[in-house]
Amino acid sequence: MNTSDTGCIFEAKNLSYDYPGKIAALRQINFSIMPGELVALIGANGSGKSTLLKLLDGLIFPTDGELLAFGQPLSEQTFKEATFVSEFRRRVGLVFQDPDVQLFSPTVWDEVTFGPLQLEISKDEVISRSREVLELLNIAHLRERPPYLLSGGEKKKVSLACVLSLRPQVLLLDEPTTGLDPWSQGNLIDFLIQWADKGKSIVFSTQDLDTVEEMAKRVVVLGTEHNIVADGKPEEFLSDPDFLLRTNLVHEHSHRHKELVHRHPHLHEHQHQRYGADENMVG
Amino acid sequence: MKGEGFLGKNISSFTHALESVILAEDLCRAPGLLQRLDPRVKVATLLLFIVIVGLARSLWILGVIFVLILSFSLLSKVPLGFFLKRIMLFIPIFTAMIALPALFITPGAPLVSIAGRVIITEQGARTAGLLFLRVSDSLSFGVLLILTTTWANILVALRWFRMPSLIVDILGMTYRYIFLLLHTTNSMFLARRSRTIGSFSSGQNRRWLTRALATTMVKSQHLSEEVYLAMLSRGYQGEVRILNALSLKRRDFIWVAFALVVASFLLWSNRL
Repeated sequence: MNTSDTGCIFEAKNLSYDYPGKIAALRQINFSIMPGELVALIGANGSGKSTLLKLLDGLIFPTDGELLAFGQPLSEQTFKEATFVSEFRRRVGLVFQDPDVQLFSPTVWDEVTFGPLQLEISKDEVISRSREVLELLNIAHLRERPPYLLSGGEKKKVSLACVLSLRPQVLLLDEPTTGLDPWSQGNLIDFLIQWADKGKSIVFSTQDLDTVEEMAKRVVVLGTEHNIVADGKPEEFLSDPDFLLRTNLVHEHSHRHKELVHRHPHLHEHQHQRYGADENMVG
Repeated sequence: MKGEGFLGKNISSFTHALESVILAEDLCRAPGLLQRLDPRVKVATLLLFIVIVGLARSLWILGVIFVLILSFSLLSKVPLGFFLKRIMLFIPIFTAMIALPALFITPGAPLVSIAGRVIITEQGARTAGLLFLRVSDSLSFGVLLILTTTWANILVALRWFRMPSLIVDILGMTYRYIFLLLHTTNSMFLARRSRTIGSFSSGQNRRWLTRALATTMVKSQHLSEEVYLAMLSRGYQGEVRILNALSLKRRDFIWVAFALVVASFLLWSNRL
């Protein structure tokens, strides 16, 4: 399984998805994801972001149109082939929005080893990968804990760890920073940017426009009609208040003033100075 | 206040249930005698003791076994009061129905007579005592196993004893998600209390409880569908594969030898 002739990892052609009862979730979606891209999916509540991520992960299939992954269609038919499923699951990992959904094993260690074991990766390799991922996310001390005794932030980290242990080429994340305190959010964003720098592709959904600005190199905006209303660089849309209002991404009474107080890029060489003393800190 | 009592009692029960689980989890990780054993060895030897309890025909053997259980409990750093409370909670449920009638209906030499009409016979008292001690001993072994073994390790042992993988997985997930649903239900009770002024009739409380149960059921169904998708997403194809990283240590062999010696002695005493 390689990228398609066009070099895309994912390619959606007139993709639509309806929930049972003909409830529209996505309409006429056309887009592609290239290797190494860091893409943010944004849109108002119910615009179809989570559904699109589940489609990209081959958990549900288009009701109309076509979705290709690595040049092959994602359909019930292709997911009947064990070799395709195994290869696809090795390459694409999804971190669910609700970590409780994802943490179903008795302990954190069982959870992190679950994915690679199902994909029949050798036991030594599973152990080595799992240890590495726990160390990477600083959660090795949680190894023997059951999921119900973890805090919200710890659950999010473990959810990420149990997908990273698959070493996926494409990481899909459904609202990864939701429910995290600002410090944990910053850490996670740093981590994901570094992960993407290794040539991996990341597609994440979020409601947080600051996270988009900090992380994404491309933003896909889903409208209230469940279609794509914009696709391009974040700065093209995020500085347009009319566009943000039209797509229900901001309220008319709200305003973004992040740029005024914090204008440096997220990854930077210099250290922060005392607030007010830094020339980049304004306001 | 009536409504406050209904909500308050439920909320404190939920909190108490969660606290008990957290305490039990701490006990499972305490550096005690049984906690250090391999779960497979522990399950096998405690099952052996339960079989001996079933075969025991004399009260003194059952008494000796109970003393042994208390010693194991102490050596495993399980507080005696906490342990006895756990056993006493279940004994009446399992013994009262059988042991109590046996006191009065077993024929034999009269031991105690109540108002000259109801007679407890010697044989009746012995039979009821045997039943009571057998249930107490068996239950105590079960409770001791649960208090000194993490749920994850019990599942590993069950898998090793060839219990079907599907059943073990269902048991594991049931235990894991009970806490989430408990937490959700508790939040529903707290949300209601935050909006409650005054009291409700028991009829109103019952109606609210029914709706809360229905909501929890719908939520659990949605949760199960999402969990299944999360499993598929990480490569699940119908059977869960796990790492079997357990290995027997010297102390496990010593424990097995000790258990066999004690079991043989008890069996031998039982024949005398």
